[in-house]
Formats: sequence, C-alpha cells, structure tokens
Amino acid sequence: MKATVLVRPKQGILDPQGQAVEQSLRKLGFAVAQARVGRVVDIDVDAASVDEAHVRVDEMCRQLLANPLIESYEVEVHE
Amino acid sequence: MSPRVAVIQFPGSNDDRDAVWALKALGADASLVWHADAELPERTGAVVLPGGFSYGDYLRCGAIARFAPIMDAVRSFAAGGGLILGICNGFQILCEAGLLPGVLRPNASLSFICRDVALRVERIDTSFTSRCREGQRLVIPVKHHDGAWFAPPKLVAELEERGQVLLRYEDNPNGAVGDVAAVMNESGNVMGLMPHPEHAVDPLLGSGDGALILASLLDAVRERESAAVIGA
Repeated sequence: MKATVLVRPKQGILDPQGQAVEQSLRKLGFAVAQARVGRVVDIDVDAASVDEAHVRVDEMCRQLLANPLIESYEVEVHE
Repeated sequence: MSPRVAVIQFPGSNDDRDAVWALKALGADASLVWHADAELPERTGAVVLPGGFSYGDYLRCGAIARFAPIMDAVRSFAAGGGLILGICNGFQILCEAGLLPGVLRPNASLSFICRDVALRVERIDTSFTSRCREGQRLVIPVKHHDGAWFAPPKLVAELEERGQVLLRYEDNPNGAVGDVAAVMNESGNVMGLMPHPEHAVDPLLGSGDGALILASLLDAVRERESAAVIGA
C-alpha cells in the first residue's frame, strides 16, 4: 500500500527556507503572502488495510519522520 | 590514570580527530570509537559526540545517527549517569535521541556561520563548566547551518527554572531561543553545545577558552574515579 507523508514546519515556527522562497517568488512578480517549505516522504507500506497502514505510518512519523517540537504531519494512504 | 574518553566516529563526522587531539592535549586518554561498534571501551569515563555532518544530515540533522549501533551503549552509559558531551552535530544527535531537551533548527539567516562567538557562562557548579568563573565571557568558534536551538516556551521556562542553560550567546548568531548555546539534561550528566571547544584549546588557535569546557569534563571524570577508589 502506498502512503504519502507531508511534513510541515508548525504554524508559528520560524521557517527561513519558506521566507527565502517567498521572497524569490515575489522577485519573479508573483503576488505571494506566504510560502512555507516542508517535505514529502513516499512510503510503500506493508499493511492489510488502509486503517492499518494509517496506524503504521503514523507511528513512523512520531518515531522518525517528523520532530513533534517543530513539525506537524499529515498522512495520506492510497490503495 | 588518565581519564578515558570515547569520541564516537559516525560516517560524516569531521571534528572527531580534532576532539581526540584536544582531549589528549589536556591529558585525556582519548580514542575514536566506530559507530558500528556495540560497546564502549572498558573504563570509559566520558563520551564525546563530535561535530560534523553524520549521515549527510539526511531527514534532519542528527536524526539518523541515533540509530547507530553504538548509540544503544551511549544511551545505557547516559542512563547509568555517565558523562556525555555533544558538540555541534553531537548536540543535534543528543536532542534527536531524546537525551537532551529541544531541537536544533536551521539558522534564522539561512547562512552557514563560521566565526568566533562570545558566550556567557551561566553556571559553574556543573561537570562541564567547573573550570570557568560565574558569568565569564568565553570566545569559542561556531561553524554550523542548523544551530538555532528551539524548545516550546513552556519547556524553555522549565529548563531556565532548573538552571539547565549553561552557556548563552552574547550576540545571538543563529536565532536560538533565549540565546541558548548549551543545555544540560536534568540530571546534569549530559551536555550539548553548538560552539566547538575542541577548536579553541590554544591561544595560537585564536582562543584557549574551549579548553575550560573540556578540562572541566576531564576533572569530573577524575573526581568520580577517585571517589570510586576511595569508596572501594
């Protein structure tokens, strides 16, 4: 089963990378209020059901893929 | 006997040899210990996690190194009260491994910063700062891209209350919360700092102030060993 994890800097946490991207987009002429940069992790997970895959990947996020002090995450599972 | 210090060498460590050199210059029996080893050398009195870019800083700085086989031994050593010093990447690893509070984030400027910084010593009654004077100003270089220490406000307040912040930047170079340059764990046997004491152990190198931190650690090892001998 395929899962996609989106890891984002938590709201309120300074994201200098996002700020640099935001400024660059403005320089290109785009009207941008804010940009924030996170990361995507695509995982092929061994699970019997979508629910089981969610549970497994959620555990992966808590143990490794995201640092809960500064990052939030979302998990999408595709059958 | 000289205090025995294990300097852990991860793939991508690059200050490991400097740490061994500096510790030896201060009288330690220091040696490199490979990340894939399962055990620390016998009679290890302190562990140093050196600077560098372990595992290419993949995912987050320090996030992968905590899975190295030697880290189980390091965790047991910490749990038994063993003295551990993490420098730069070593600090990042200790935070990711849950042995120190907080996390190191990219510098607010997004620049790699490589220069001497001034620090203020906040406490001297610790195993890592006993050779310093209260409030002493130390000059020690930093060289990092992800050196902005962060913890949520409630945790910061708790750490301040318990006196776990040992060094603060005089002129914050990286956006660290509370100007924090070094923190200690609650039981006082694990400390991490972003500046590199091993690069400042001789005035010929620009400053000898880093030697105060390393020599404090070696004093603490000697004290424990002589206490153990008397106890026996």
